[in-house]
Amino acid sequence: MKRGERITNSILEGGLKLSALLAIFLIFLIFIFIFKEALPIFTNPGVRSEVDLRDLFASSVWQPVSDHPRFSLLPLFLGTLKLSLIAILFATPLALGAAIFTAEFAPRALKETIKPGIEILAGIPSVVMGAFALLTLASVLQGIFGWTMRLNAVNAGIALGLAIVPTIYSVADDALRAVPGSFREAAYALGSRRNQAIFRVIIPVALPGIFAGFMLGLGRAIGETMIVLLASGNAAILSLDPALSTRSFSATIAAELGEVVFGSTHYAVLFFIGALLFVITFIINLIANLVVERFKVRLAGVA
Amino acid sequence: MKGWDKFFALASGLCVLIIFAFLFWIIFIIARNGAGTISWEFFTAAPVEGMTEGGIFPAIYGTVFLVLVMTVFLMPFGVMAGIYLAEYAPQNSRLTQAIRLAVNNLAGVPSIVFGLFGVGFFIQYAGRGLDRTLGLETVFSQPCLLWAAATLAILNLPVVIKTSEEAIKAVPLEHREAAFALGATKLKMIVRVVLPQAFSGILTGAILSVSRGAGEVAPILFTGAAYYLPYIPKLPTDQFMELGYHIFVLSTQSPDVDKTQPLLYGTILVLLLLTLALNTFAIGLRVRMRRKYGR
Repeated sequence: MKRGERITNSILEGGLKLSALLAIFLIFLIFIFIFKEALPIFTNPGVRSEVDLRDLFASSVWQPVSDHPRFSLLPLFLGTLKLSLIAILFATPLALGAAIFTAEFAPRALKETIKPGIEILAGIPSVVMGAFALLTLASVLQGIFGWTMRLNAVNAGIALGLAIVPTIYSVADDALRAVPGSFREAAYALGSRRNQAIFRVIIPVALPGIFAGFMLGLGRAIGETMIVLLASGNAAILSLDPALSTRSFSATIAAELGEVVFGSTHYAVLFFIGALLFVITFIINLIANLVVERFKVRLAGVA
Repeated sequence: MKGWDKFFALASGLCVLIIFAFLFWIIFIIARNGAGTISWEFFTAAPVEGMTEGGIFPAIYGTVFLVLVMTVFLMPFGVMAGIYLAEYAPQNSRLTQAIRLAVNNLAGVPSIVFGLFGVGFFIQYAGRGLDRTLGLETVFSQPCLLWAAATLAILNLPVVIKTSEEAIKAVPLEHREAAFALGATKLKMIVRVVLPQAFSGILTGAILSVSRGAGEVAPILFTGAAYYLPYIPKLPTDQFMELGYHIFVLSTQSPDVDKTQPLLYGTILVLLLLTLALNTFAIGLRVRMRRKYGR
């Protein structure tokens, strides 16, 4: 190899490595630049006279645009909790059931239809899902349950649940299929019925993977924006009642950042919410990814 | 099968049925309500009368422009990172594990957080810096297509890295060895032997990210999408209309709900068909690739 070629090669290979390092770099950059815009809450006296950390976490009213703006994150926190809980309760059984069906019961041809079908569901843009919940699902649910508020936490929660079904399904399905065939054969050899093999052997072994799918779904439900913005009614009510209009962290940012004055208290608080969302989802995803990693290593050891 | 076995087969099958029932319900409702709106004029005209009449041409144009610029940002970095992870990264080294963890975690960052990052980093930091250095008024330090595309590129980076890595790893080892045996350097082997074979896999990643880029609204809310524009954007520093954002605008800020409804459903149908077509194509490509390599 000529000297010039060797130099070009090492430059190009350095570029490859830098591109991969970009992922790590971006994680830090995202946190720094969102936190930077939220910093006035801690440092700027003008902002601190309007809101301090105690107001954010202890008071109970979110009323950012008024003569006496009030910035309590509590109703938003409860809203986010309520919505993601409903989404998870709706999505987990469905996704898990579907994953068990594809991994254990479905004939091959059916399996080859179910998986792409669920990928199609994953491909539906969240704004479309949100519009569907806003225009159709909400009316149907109201017709059944007779709620006074047409847009509420259940409506948005179900739409959110549909959006996270593919996430939970695909991770759970991977986990179930990663269980070595020998485990199943051993269970059958000991005289297990199919359901005994599934519930006593396969699911317990795949449990870390299933848990990871659940966590990734939860992370997505907490951060998902457009569905909540369109389908939840967006009222910041301090209540756990699922039939009331509900506002989440993510939807609050989406609804309010457009009209906010750059550098104002409200602006800083919205970025603070963003930083909070980033940290919460980061921790949830980190746990999920570490669990998956360990699960793979462990199964690689026995297979 | 009998007894409990049968019960669990039916119960888990029911879960699949419920999921598919919702999927078909969504597609059916949108197709039924949107089909009447679809016409030549709907695709080629601009919105008129406070967006209660006319078409969605500017939104379609903006979406295409947006995903094109996004792809230009996204693909080089994504594919290069994929090459590094598949061909160079020492497996089980701390750094490689950190990179993989970062890629996986980046994939889980909420899209609205990317939107905030776009505002804080691209517009307020990079944009201001550019304007100051170039002595411009406000060209880069405001929401525009360039920053929206860059934000979406970051959002889609994990998709492209992962699909590229997978596609590159699927190329059989013997092909690499043959290239080495002929005296190729590693880089030449990758460019001439591996990448051409991994092309359809990399294309899958590109298509998936275009589909996602066209559908995501939260990241572009504050980084460049416009409620309404009387002109067609020409430069990446212009604002733009976009299909997903247009759906959001029509469904929340319409002056006349009943008159807007057909346009709203028409726009939803167009976006849905666009993303469905892209996803179906990507899924098809992947199935073909898996068959080819017998996985």
